[in-house]
Amino acid sequence: MSKVRVLVGTRKGAFVLSSDASRKTWKVEGPHFAGWEIYHLKSSPADPDRLYASQSSGWFGQVLQRSNDGGKTWAAAGNQFAYEGAVGTHTWYDGSPHPYEFKRVWHLEPSLKDPDTVYAGVEDAALFKSTDAGQTWGELPALRQHESAAGWAPGAGGLCLHTIVIDPTNNDRMFIAISAAGVFRTDDGGKSWRPANHGLRSNTIPDPDAEVGHCVHRIAMHPSRPDVLFMQKHWDVMRTDDGGDSWREISGDLPTDFGFVVDIHANEPDTVYVIPITSDSHHFVPDGKLRVYRSRTGGNEWEALTKGLPQKDCYVNVLRDAMAVDSLDPCGVYFGTSGGQVYASADAGDSWAPIVRDLPAVLSVEVQSLA
Amino acid sequence: MIHVVLPKNLQILAGVGRVVELEVPAPITQQSVLDVLERHHPSLLGTIRDPGTKRRRPMLRFFACEEDWSDASPDAPLPDAVVSGTEPFLIIGAIAGG
Repeated sequence: MSKVRVLVGTRKGAFVLSSDASRKTWKVEGPHFAGWEIYHLKSSPADPDRLYASQSSGWFGQVLQRSNDGGKTWAAAGNQFAYEGAVGTHTWYDGSPHPYEFKRVWHLEPSLKDPDTVYAGVEDAALFKSTDAGQTWGELPALRQHESAAGWAPGAGGLCLHTIVIDPTNNDRMFIAISAAGVFRTDDGGKSWRPANHGLRSNTIPDPDAEVGHCVHRIAMHPSRPDVLFMQKHWDVMRTDDGGDSWREISGDLPTDFGFVVDIHANEPDTVYVIPITSDSHHFVPDGKLRVYRSRTGGNEWEALTKGLPQKDCYVNVLRDAMAVDSLDPCGVYFGTSGGQVYASADAGDSWAPIVRDLPAVLSVEVQSLA
Repeated sequence: MIHVVLPKNLQILAGVGRVVELEVPAPITQQSVLDVLERHHPSLLGTIRDPGTKRRRPMLRFFACEEDWSDASPDAPLPDAVVSGTEPFLIIGAIAGG
């Protein structure tokens, strides 16, 4: 009998939600690390009992937690994230040069093959790697030393490296996304990087077609098609079929194309999910209705999924790391809101039910499908 | 024996109670107390002081004997009452949130 474990990071701790394959009855455990912000927690694809969690606080800084038993117990791992070489500057909100400063880990991406290898995307934007289960961290400095880096400017949430996507057919090939710099791709395990933003258009920057400077909120890849990526940009939902060499807009008939999350059905690589948010100045769902939009055609044609979701007086947001899918059949889809609800669909989005309603604001949702 | 009082979040992180008792070799200073605290409880590394510069994190305060030691020299001797263990060395999270 398969099981599902949903890992939820919130503003005030982590929660582990578990169910059998029916995904109807849930056990809720937590809060782990009560009182701390948990930006992200994620399991190793190579060892489902190995979990990593980014725990941080404005008072106490960054802590990295590791579990070797599926979240039953945790231990602090290494939390030293030192930029390598010359620290350099990025562009501050007022246009002045500003030294890079480590603030927190936004995203953890364990290796697909080695449970002791894990990548961390941090603010101010940089990529770190650990090969000893998070005990020690070293920067992959070529990204922060890219010729464009001095011009990277933070989005409202900070200059954060928030998305790391590893090509399952070639672990040396990775995509990362930074707000507000855009997507970068490496083909050599992080030794060199190049922008992968051709086709993005952002009217919020002086040159709308610039090679760098786009506020990319999230990218997603289906493991069967590593050249196809979907993107939720600040505004616009985008798609590339050539590994980021060129993007095209697929917002189509969405009610608004602002949003944070994007994810892909585990068994149907052209079925894509987004949650439109009203605008960059109104970070809540449009019209008081919480609607997931699904495209079964790889974009452009979208259907609103509303069954079981509040359709009046709802004004929540769904942040970039707060949607995930399981790999069961039918595919389960999960997301968490700024209002503390975690919703689950066990039928690929046709219907929804809350697993929990009253957690702290949700920052991240990840799912494990367990044998 | 030096008594160090931790804020709740650090108690949970280190898996300890409100008060941590430490044997600290002389001289008893903020630096020597925190060095021993971090050595005994490595999960606290980086949560009280910057691990590189050893500077106090900006939103924490250090109190002892009803005085604010936050901006005192890390190498200044702590009060006799802290050294003797009759008064604790307090690590306080700055009040925030209204």
